[in-house]
Amino acid sequence: MTETVMADDILEHEEKKSLESREFGFWVYLMTDAVIFALLFASYVVLSKNSAAGPTSKELFDLGHTAGETALLLFSSLTFGFATIAMAAGQAGRVVQWLIVTLLLGLGFLAMEIIEFHGMIAQGAGPGTSGFLSAFFTLVGTHGLHVAFGAVGICVMIGQVLVKGLTLPVRSRLFRLGLFWHFLDIVWIGIFSVVYLPGVM
Amino acid sequence: MDHSAERSLSTYLTGFALAVVLTAIPFTLVWGGLLTGPAVYAVIAVAAVLQVIVHLVFFLHLDLKSTPAENLFFLGFAAVLIFIMVGGSLWIMMDLHHRMM
Repeated sequence: MTETVMADDILEHEEKKSLESREFGFWVYLMTDAVIFALLFASYVVLSKNSAAGPTSKELFDLGHTAGETALLLFSSLTFGFATIAMAAGQAGRVVQWLIVTLLLGLGFLAMEIIEFHGMIAQGAGPGTSGFLSAFFTLVGTHGLHVAFGAVGICVMIGQVLVKGLTLPVRSRLFRLGLFWHFLDIVWIGIFSVVYLPGVM
Repeated sequence: MDHSAERSLSTYLTGFALAVVLTAIPFTLVWGGLLTGPAVYAVIAVAAVLQVIVHLVFFLHLDLKSTPAENLFFLGFAAVLIFIMVGGSLWIMMDLHHRMM
């Protein structure tokens, strides 16, 4: 009897330790991702004035559109925070509700970005037009791709919370997804500060 | 349990309010054309750095006590790498640009 209890204790301790090391590993991944984004920012800054007689950033960017995208992403960060609070309180239903709201806001952001890209390409300002546009599509597109993967992750976690409930591994995964989602909002701060705001001046 | 949930709710809301303010400042300045020249870039840069710190503290819950030291170490390491690579690239490319003029 006591032996099984002890074995369970050891197992739980090991599980906790392995989840902690995964959380640390995920943090290391996020930092390497930050380095990738930083280098994409550097190439954008170098190339941003090289519009090769094509359309310039001033003609292409619409600050109202950017403000809308910023608002969607910031609200989605807040609603993911609400999901995290619900998780701490052990309310699985609330977690799913807030994850669905976060997912909708994230999809709204992606829809706005696709509309923007589509409009630019339709105007003849595709990634092949100039160095400025290549760098722009690479940087903003990479961020959009991350948001799309985050949205897939949210769908998976909604499924896991519904099927498995708020078990220790599910909580850890949700925590890591939260780190990823908040990290993407931080990258977006860089995008509107480096790309859009200086681009329209 | 309930109390800590309440406290973290106010943490998220404070972070959100600060983020909104720090986003609104550069957007209104650029939108309204209220400032021109290097001052705008300075305001945008300061607001962005402050907002990144706000997100790290209020959304990612980084603090010097409860966050594991390894995580902070890696954050610092990434910051140094970014500074060297981005700063170095921009320095070289701007210098090259200057010489080509």
